[in-house]
Amino acid sequence: MRTAAQIARDVNAKTESAREVTDATLAHVDAVDGQIGAYLTRLHDLARAQAARVDERVRNGERLPLAGVPIAVKDNMCLAGTRTTCGSKILEHWVAPYTATAVQRILDAGGIPIGKTNMDEFAMGSSCENSALGTTHNPFDLTRVPGGSSGGSAAAAAAHEAAIALGSDTGGSIREPAAFCNLVGFKPTYGRISRYGLIAFASSLDQIGPLTRTVEDAALAYDVMAGKDPMDSTSIDRAVEPTATALRTDLAGVRVGIVKEFVTETLGPDIAALYARAYADLEKLGAQLVEVSLPTAEYGLATYYLIAPAECSSNLARFDGVRYGLRVDGADVGQMYEATRAAGFGAEVKRRILIGTYALSSGYYDAYYVKAQKARTLIGDDFKRAFATCDLIASPAASSPAFAFNAKSDPYSMYMMDYYTIPMSLAGLPALSVPCGYVTPAGGEAPMPMGLQLAAPLFEEAKLLGAAHAYEQATQHALKAAVAVA
Amino acid sequence: MSAFEAVIGIECHVELKTKSKMFCACPNEFGGEPNTKVCPVCLALPGALPVVNREAVLHMVRAGLAFGTEIPAFSKFDRKNYFYPDMPKDYQISQFDMPLTQGGVVRYWLEDGTIKECRLTRIHLEEDTGKSTHAGSGDGRIAGSSHSLIDFNRAGVPLMECVSEPDIRSADEAVGYLDALKRTFVQLGVSDVKMEEGSLRCDANVSIRPVGASEYGTKTEIKNMNSFRSVHRAIESEIARQTALIESGGRVTQETRGWDEGAGTTHPMRSKEEAHDYRYFPDPDLLPIELDRSVVDRIGSELPELPLARFERYHGGFGLTPSQATQLVDNAPLATYFDAVVAASKHAAQSTNFVLGDLSRLANETGVAIYESPVAPAALAELIALVESQTINSKIAKDLLERMWKGEGSPKTIVEREGLAQTSDAGEIATFVDEVLAANEKAVADYKSGKTNILGFLTGQVMKHSRGKANPALVGALLKQKLD
Ligand SMILES: [Zn+2]
Repeated sequence: MRTAAQIARDVNAKTESAREVTDATLAHVDAVDGQIGAYLTRLHDLARAQAARVDERVRNGERLPLAGVPIAVKDNMCLAGTRTTCGSKILEHWVAPYTATAVQRILDAGGIPIGKTNMDEFAMGSSCENSALGTTHNPFDLTRVPGGSSGGSAAAAAAHEAAIALGSDTGGSIREPAAFCNLVGFKPTYGRISRYGLIAFASSLDQIGPLTRTVEDAALAYDVMAGKDPMDSTSIDRAVEPTATALRTDLAGVRVGIVKEFVTETLGPDIAALYARAYADLEKLGAQLVEVSLPTAEYGLATYYLIAPAECSSNLARFDGVRYGLRVDGADVGQMYEATRAAGFGAEVKRRILIGTYALSSGYYDAYYVKAQKARTLIGDDFKRAFATCDLIASPAASSPAFAFNAKSDPYSMYMMDYYTIPMSLAGLPALSVPCGYVTPAGGEAPMPMGLQLAAPLFEEAKLLGAAHAYEQATQHALKAAVAVA
Repeated sequence: MSAFEAVIGIECHVELKTKSKMFCACPNEFGGEPNTKVCPVCLALPGALPVVNREAVLHMVRAGLAFGTEIPAFSKFDRKNYFYPDMPKDYQISQFDMPLTQGGVVRYWLEDGTIKECRLTRIHLEEDTGKSTHAGSGDGRIAGSSHSLIDFNRAGVPLMECVSEPDIRSADEAVGYLDALKRTFVQLGVSDVKMEEGSLRCDANVSIRPVGASEYGTKTEIKNMNSFRSVHRAIESEIARQTALIESGGRVTQETRGWDEGAGTTHPMRSKEEAHDYRYFPDPDLLPIELDRSVVDRIGSELPELPLARFERYHGGFGLTPSQATQLVDNAPLATYFDAVVAASKHAAQSTNFVLGDLSRLANETGVAIYESPVAPAALAELIALVESQTINSKIAKDLLERMWKGEGSPKTIVEREGLAQTSDAGEIATFVDEVLAANEKAVADYKSGKTNILGFLTGQVMKHSRGKANPALVGALLKQKLD
């Protein structure tokens, strides 16, 4: 499949219709998704109806930035009239009556919704194995996970089942699966894209972003989605600098910070070598490498695993069986709640609700939640100091390449996957993962993709995507096709 | 005389009068078909987010400033987490440690005009929940019901919660305090305060202690009071219960008690075994509120004269009785009318007499409000001036007022047109007197035979003969002079 930019160009030029792109994409999805399992719901009728509208608009002389571009939507984003499950039993049959702002902006720009993608339940997980509704396979090695929580979206984009896949990132849920699936996964500054219609996991961290095969496509999607939404008071009211026109081909004059505390040697010689090469490539492009220090970053994981569960324990309270979703009867209302939530939520969701409830309860609130908020502030301060001496920060996006199903059985080793992405989330910074090569995992046969994480100061999306584009164009790590596409 | 005094604190919830709900664009209106005034936000559908209603925040500032509270520059919303079927999100957006107002004093008056004070702890902003109806049990109670229906029309309606310090000492004071809140909120336009529509709901914390003691006794919290009258009765009943209990050697248990309107008593309500842990924390969906000082100052400068100040002006200033002053305070358009009459006539006592006397009577008889009648304040002031200058007497004034009410024109015009001005011309009055004496020979004879009380009758005849315009004092003097 061509990139989103190429498709939009052709459809706008009327050399191809949105209907043709859509039909071809749906046929490809029907052919390969049995192996991949990217989609929980395929939207044939909706896609064709939208394609007809797009063709009509293009015929009427409109130029649409995403004309005819096949879009995969993570199943925690509402799309009116479609099942929106969050990968959970509790919402398995819930049909959203309204559309998320970000999704609406994609549709208005001419995007074609191909389907709703699998995900870790309520976006909690780093492998997509926590979905209660399906298994998604990594298109580069079907025995491996696609990464989480936006695993379905990552698999859809990697297997060419969509040109742009929407994901949501709370602690790394776009960047980590992007790394596992050789994609560009972009998490903008917190508040840049409206969360209205995104089913909340942790409100102060959640951010929608695109997973694409090129930086240009990420920029295209971001430019369409970003901007103040009156329905989300945390969305930022500040002009959005277009990023698609800010893409560059060198890094001259860019100071790239390498974090002293992020020691890659502990990841093994292959991975250490891979990142050494990535940093050297940045330098070859004209970047100046500088060492920066994030002394509190090591508390990121602990901080995150107090704040995110605290917020989720409250955000997920509404799934109580009273108004929508699953209901399991009980003798009284209290027992109905208990039975519903016991049956409706999976183990990881329950674990985090319990941690969060504990962290917020009186007597522990100051010791855990308040302390975590303080640590969060310190982490943000660390970044501010670091960005005084550099323009971007480079690091691994994930601690390892995609692993085999059931390889990480204890929660802590799974949480460690997001070690490099969580600090940026806590600080609300824009960050992305861009393909940076392959390593063959221990016990594996095929080389698996790895991602380079680049992070920028708040609102510096244009600078970030511009630099990522230069790196991508110079290195071409994304060229290798996933097995399932062939 | 009881050896105990009551210590009462009141928490009340008042619905704010806003066009839309607290966090969404649904209309904030009472009633309607169940679940017709709802949207993804107030139903807490997955993914929906709250957006703060600016009008509600400004109302809070108005209410706070009216009671002299501090309006902090920085305030925030918190989530109060607990499961309840009426509550769509299973948490309520409220304010915990940084409310929109802190402190303040409610000054109020009692029926006899005594002024009292009750400190406010705070007024904070929160959202209302939905309303459950239990079906199948016959009596609307949950016990035995087959199913429950929930109407979320009210979910998300903005509420201010006013929390008082325990400064109230009697049921009368409690009602005076609530009246003051109600009057102020209505006058500010921040709420309609209709108890029957649930727009004011209150709980009272009641304890008693020996007169002179400084420590508080054990308190009970009374709920389910649905009118000021029931607040009064419930508090009296609870004070009596606690007094009897202590006097008979018992102890008051801290508990929540319901008020039974029919029985006229409070009763223990089933309380949760454990204290609630609401797990308050700052709502991450809402940014903190940073109020611009200039906005607060502007609202402060635009506050109208508040009920207590008005009461004091009327009662202490103009010398109205507490009940007259209250009557005016509680009828803002009438008070405005009254003030205009006083301003134009410079005569408070006469203004009071006319407005609360004859004009009120006419208003009652015709069903037309005084301020909507043809009698403009300036015209009434003109009438008062005619009386004060003794141009007309009070009898003519009454007649004139009725004619003005019917729209016959200004009193001066009528008086001039019909020559109704009181005459003090001795020659003219002497002619009237002579004519009356000539026509009433029997009365004159009676007077001369010693029945001097016939003088009143003769005076009346002269006044009638003059069509009311003769100066009654001169008539009396001339009559005596001619008869004696
Ligand atoms: Zn609503």
